[in-house]
Amino acid sequence: MPETSGQHRADITFKLITAFCALAVIVLMGGIFIELLRNSLPSIRTFGLGFLTSDAWNPGASEFGALSSMYGTLVSTGIAMLIAVPLGLIIAIYLVEVAHPAVSRVVGGAVELLAAIPSIIYGMWGLFVFAGVMQDHVQPALGETLGFLPLFQGPPMGIGMLTAGIVLAIMVLPFITAVTRDVLLMVPPVLKESAHGVGSTMWESVRSVSLRYGRRGIIGAVFLGFGRALGETMAVTFVIGNSHRISASLFAAGNTIASSLANEFNEASEPLYLSSLVQLALVLFAITLVFQSVAHVWFGKLQQMETGQR
Amino acid sequence: MIPRGVGGRHFADRAVRVIMIPAALSGIAILAWILWEVISRGASAIDWAFLTRLPSPPGVEGGGLGNAIVGTLLMTVLATAIGAPLGLLAGVFLAEFGPRSRIATAVRFTSNLLMGTPSIIIGVFVYALIVLRTGHFSGWAGAVALAILILPVVLRTTEDMLNLVPDELRESGLALGAPRWRVTLWIIFRAAKTGLVTGVLLAVARVSGETAPLLFTSLNSFYWPETLGEPTANLTVTIFNYAMSPYADWQQKAWGASFLITVSVLIVAVLARFSFQKRSRQS
Repeated sequence: MPETSGQHRADITFKLITAFCALAVIVLMGGIFIELLRNSLPSIRTFGLGFLTSDAWNPGASEFGALSSMYGTLVSTGIAMLIAVPLGLIIAIYLVEVAHPAVSRVVGGAVELLAAIPSIIYGMWGLFVFAGVMQDHVQPALGETLGFLPLFQGPPMGIGMLTAGIVLAIMVLPFITAVTRDVLLMVPPVLKESAHGVGSTMWESVRSVSLRYGRRGIIGAVFLGFGRALGETMAVTFVIGNSHRISASLFAAGNTIASSLANEFNEASEPLYLSSLVQLALVLFAITLVFQSVAHVWFGKLQQMETGQR
Repeated sequence: MIPRGVGGRHFADRAVRVIMIPAALSGIAILAWILWEVISRGASAIDWAFLTRLPSPPGVEGGGLGNAIVGTLLMTVLATAIGAPLGLLAGVFLAEFGPRSRIATAVRFTSNLLMGTPSIIIGVFVYALIVLRTGHFSGWAGAVALAILILPVVLRTTEDMLNLVPDELRESGLALGAPRWRVTLWIIFRAAKTGLVTGVLLAVARVSGETAPLLFTSLNSFYWPETLGEPTANLTVTIFNYAMSPYADWQQKAWGASFLITVSVLIVAVLARFSFQKRSRQS
């Protein structure tokens, strides 16, 4: 092969440059972990593992604990998934199995645009519009019908854990819908046709064939959606009310790790206060890493299985 | 399956179909509701002063967010200039140099994790990395935080788009004696151009509405951004500060800023979608 050594050297340089850029991703990820860990050391030294189990948050007395933020993060995300997963599934089934292609394109496009709207816009809408609806209509109605449960007791303030969960649900809905739709589209037509061929109705074919065929993919989608909702910041910060008290009622104000960071980071003048906030960030980083890794490993296995079957 | 009467089976089917339509409509309805509120409350806030003037002091009516508009534009452009080339080249590595290698697998996995990392974590990271070290908030720090968000998105789309380019094109380029880097940058990039541009556009749309990574990096400012070495005004942090303020005029301005952000992000997103659809129809 006629190849000058200059050309060869240029090629090697090019490859090295691209490799360097690719490795930058790994370096960045390691850097994030190291910087967060380094800056949370004062807090880790002071509170130890007790940081994770203490619900104290008292900047005046320099007492900090992650429990209320972790609780709020999990509860608001849980509410969001309870609403978004069934709704996203139904919309995806509708788009793939039932809707006229033109309708499917319009609804699918709307859901995708919903995903493009920045989270702070959901925050604005949640605080100035949706919180009012919650206060005037939804929360009183829930209080009257389900008020015997501690979950729905207390004054309707509009903002709070439940409102944050619903706004979060609206934010993850496009994601869940899109991934589920892709999973349903991958179901081989032959399978669905056979179901219809033996006389199944649409719902029977979806339930026993499509959902069963795609259930692993859908579980992966739920994990990914969960991982995303956990760290969602602005939308939640606007409507959750920012209180470090754990309350049984979903009407009460609460906080998430992300909302505490957004609200308090720039006010933290004490080194220990700042360090505790960074440790909160480290906790959130660890939780999302676990969820994302599980989801990606899960998806990776799925792909292997599929290629193996073929 | 437990055998049931034909009536029961058809009833279940009918019931599911009846639930589906309102569920699907709710997606559109929420989008329409949010857009309607943003437009009806925000559009009226926008006038010439809003676009060109500096903010007025708290409680004083008038003024504008000209500085925040400039600041957001500056930081977004800078973030793209840093993040997009890195992502493009990293994508080249994954697609062109041994996509099955162990390094490539590790990079792909890490990049997915980075994409799923909450943007506020990136904000805290850049705060620790740059703001603490330099001792002050700066537009540079903000741009770096946004660039970190752009990188994995561009990397992912670049790899996907380069994989769509047929191998024959690579082989013919190499057969003509062109070096690998030329084949990649001159032939393969050209073949995948629309897809690559779409990826960058999507990434830009994603970060231009980001707030959390800017809160602790660029902060905000009431002045024109003269250098990026100081706290830099931007639209999203302004929305956050103004919305939480007790002044009606500031809240109105926050809606105006929301309107600007939403419209520009949606335009970029639609552009990206459109250019990509055109491409897939061609191929």
